[in-house]
Amino acid sequence: MPEFLQHLLNTLILGGTYALLGIGLTLIFGIMNVVNFTHGALYTVGAYVMYIAVTALGLSFFAALPTAILGGLLLGAILDLVLLRPLRGADMDTTMLVMIGAGIVLQSGTLWLFGGVAKSIPTPFPDAPLQLGPVSVSWLRLFVLGAALVLIGLTYGLINRTRLGLAMRATFQDHDTASLMGVNVRLIYTATFALGSSLAAAAGALLGPVYVVFPQMGGMAELKAFAIVILGGLGNITGAAIGGFILALAEELGAGYISSGYRDAMGFLIIIAVLVFKPTGLFAKAERIG
Amino acid sequence: MSDTPILSIEHVGVRFGGLVAIADLHFDVHAGEIVSLIGPNGAGKTTAFNVMTGFLKPSQGQVRFRGTSLQGLQPHEIVRLGLGRTFQRTSVFPDDTVFDNVMIGLHRQGRARVLDTLLGRDRAGEARLRERARDLLDWVGLSGRAGEKAGALAYGEQRLVGVALALATEPAMLLLDEPVSGMNASETQVFVRLIRSIRERGITLLLVEHDMPMVMEVSDRIVVLNYGRLIAEGPPAAIRADPAVIEAYLGHSSAALHQDGAGRTAATETIDA
Amino acid sequence: MIRHIPALALLAALAALPFALGQNPYLLNALITTGIVTIAAMSLNLLLGFTGQLSLGHIAFFGIGAYVSALTSLGFDVELVGGVRVVHEPWPPVVGFLLAVLATAACGYLVGRLSFRVRGAYFVIVTISFAEVVRLVALNWVELTQGPLALTGIPPFSLGLPGLGTTTLRTKLQNYYLVLVVGTLCYALIARLVASRFGRAMRGLKENESLALSVGINATRTLTVAAVISAAMAGAAGSLYAHYLRIIDPDVFLFSTTVTMVIMVVGGGKGTLLGPIVGGLIFGLLPVALRPVMVPEAQWMVFGLVLIAIQFVMPKGIVPGVARLVTRRRASAATAPRIPMEVRP
Repeated sequence: MPEFLQHLLNTLILGGTYALLGIGLTLIFGIMNVVNFTHGALYTVGAYVMYIAVTALGLSFFAALPTAILGGLLLGAILDLVLLRPLRGADMDTTMLVMIGAGIVLQSGTLWLFGGVAKSIPTPFPDAPLQLGPVSVSWLRLFVLGAALVLIGLTYGLINRTRLGLAMRATFQDHDTASLMGVNVRLIYTATFALGSSLAAAAGALLGPVYVVFPQMGGMAELKAFAIVILGGLGNITGAAIGGFILALAEELGAGYISSGYRDAMGFLIIIAVLVFKPTGLFAKAERIG
Repeated sequence: MSDTPILSIEHVGVRFGGLVAIADLHFDVHAGEIVSLIGPNGAGKTTAFNVMTGFLKPSQGQVRFRGTSLQGLQPHEIVRLGLGRTFQRTSVFPDDTVFDNVMIGLHRQGRARVLDTLLGRDRAGEARLRERARDLLDWVGLSGRAGEKAGALAYGEQRLVGVALALATEPAMLLLDEPVSGMNASETQVFVRLIRSIRERGITLLLVEHDMPMVMEVSDRIVVLNYGRLIAEGPPAAIRADPAVIEAYLGHSSAALHQDGAGRTAATETIDA
Repeated sequence: MIRHIPALALLAALAALPFALGQNPYLLNALITTGIVTIAAMSLNLLLGFTGQLSLGHIAFFGIGAYVSALTSLGFDVELVGGVRVVHEPWPPVVGFLLAVLATAACGYLVGRLSFRVRGAYFVIVTISFAEVVRLVALNWVELTQGPLALTGIPPFSLGLPGLGTTTLRTKLQNYYLVLVVGTLCYALIARLVASRFGRAMRGLKENESLALSVGINATRTLTVAAVISAAMAGAAGSLYAHYLRIIDPDVFLFSTTVTMVIMVVGGGKGTLLGPIVGGLIFGLLPVALRPVMVPEAQWMVFGLVLIAIQFVMPKGIVPGVARLVTRRRASAATAPRIPMEVRP
């Protein structure tokens, strides 16, 4: 039983960052109809910005996190302006191939700049874990969970409580009508891609210190994000948030009770199961986001 | 005209979320007839076509074709029963030649399986199909365009390709979705002759059309929809005089119904001048 | 026959190439691996180019083909769940090749049935997931696959001709011609399919799905058959790979190889017969040209930039681009010079 409780706790912590990853990807897909193959690279970039900020720039851990998120935001905006805006109206395959190309450039660029050796990010948290009855958890992981929940909350607030969020929701429903009603759809697209990218970077910046940072770390994260988004239904934000926790649970239980080698296979088995039994995702595609 | 209908629409209803596209549609078409389905924009005409051809599942009711219920059948299965259709906007395979378009349309007439192709056993069948394709193109008057990309044809010609494609499936009944929209008067006249000769081949026709003079000229019977409901049904003369129909068209295109004589003359004059 | 002239000329050139290169082993090796990946790219083109479905897990079929063929010819001894022990004695590589084709065809059927109910983005993601699951199995089922330690000592192909005895293909030159023969067969097979009733059904679905359905084309069936043939061809390429390199490890399933195939197809011209071959030769041999001047990371950046640039500059790819140039030149030479191609006189 304590073992099971420990798995549940781990699920919560991992699930928070997975939810961030999934929400970012599903936002971009839902509003822009773009399958974002740079999502993993942005996750990696987030982790490396965190690493540089803490080591080379000497920023505090808590100042480095917003720096990494800002880095993702900026890079996302640039990617949209340079690559996606000129291709608006192109079919999904074209943007998908361009995003794959951009993902390769970003990942290989990271490898070129930093080399393949994994780095670890120093943290200000004590090494000794916090004992909560039968289970234990490190302070760092608790912080990661807290930060992820705050970021998910802020994203919800942005989408449901701000004018920008209103415009995004209108664009999600029907970009032609939104455009007629005076929404600057081009701007909304850029904002959406930047926001989604910043969430991916945030996830990387949060999980980077927990594990290690290396150039290929984004590949698996991206595939997991796809799994989460399919699980929640393409374009469904709440679905992605819940999907993140479900994937984390499946991985924890799979690694704990089946074999740790198959931890990463869980996401794909989930995708296949979802497609067999409920192709539209566990939470049928929302007619509106939020 | 036989007494058993070839197509029966039996209390069909379609709802999208809370929106009622078709409320309760009920009518028959008999073999050999030319029937038109008319109504103002948004009346549910194309939705009705999509239900009849399996592209949309009705929320209630069912469609019977030659006595068989079409419930749960896929579009490609419905064509096999002999119910063909054309589309309102995209009626061609744009990147293929006109000839290859018809060859694609002859899919059901071919028997070759993948294995036959790999073993080179489909040559005679392919030659027969090419022969059929040439006949069909002749018949709709597009032989001269056979080698051109279908997507590069003029709008009216693309419509003819669409008809050739539908005829290639050898239907017993054909649904034409706004076949003459965007055509000029002389093209429309050519199309009216085409529709009549399709009927002479023994094919029953159901049209959705906005061109009232054309509808009045060609139809044996007209079914009028408004807001997803059937509001009138009968021969052209009766429909033209029907108060409910006039009421439905007021504010939409009230002139359209009465254009029949005068409108046609005006159009002809424009051509002559 | 006339329309096959460019292909036949290319075949003749490729057949003469080893001698033109003086049988340089380094270049020959690059040509063989390029040829094998090009066959896989041709199979990908059948799906991506002719049906419009982007399979980003195509490497799974390639890798499964490689492992099935290798394990058939090496033999294995594994214990399944419930204590059932399966022992397999080595069979000749040619049998491995056939089993690889059959096994990957079956996988293509499964993936097709599973994902063609929901197409587009779903198909892309299902295929990626499938490849990852297979890679993880190859990595973790150590008893069968040796995991990261790799399967080694895979025997080369032996070809037996009645009355002439058997030849084992040990030299690079022999393997080069083996790849060329298999590639030519695949080309002929695809060319025949594309021009057939089945090929027209594929094109119809890609160009206008609703219209294709309305003339009686069964979408799920057509796409699944395309996936089966495409997967089987990729599996054949994987088998060639295993028996040529004679060592395979789970890295054979890396996503980057799929990306290479995609670049070959879209760069060369998707939906054309020659496109993947032209693209395959260019992007397969590009690393050979770049290696002296660039580190691998930089080479990959070039690949990524090329993939982006193609979408902006030449979205239809090299072969259609060149073909259009040629016809335009011919047209302007043959007919009245002022009339552009698109406008009919």
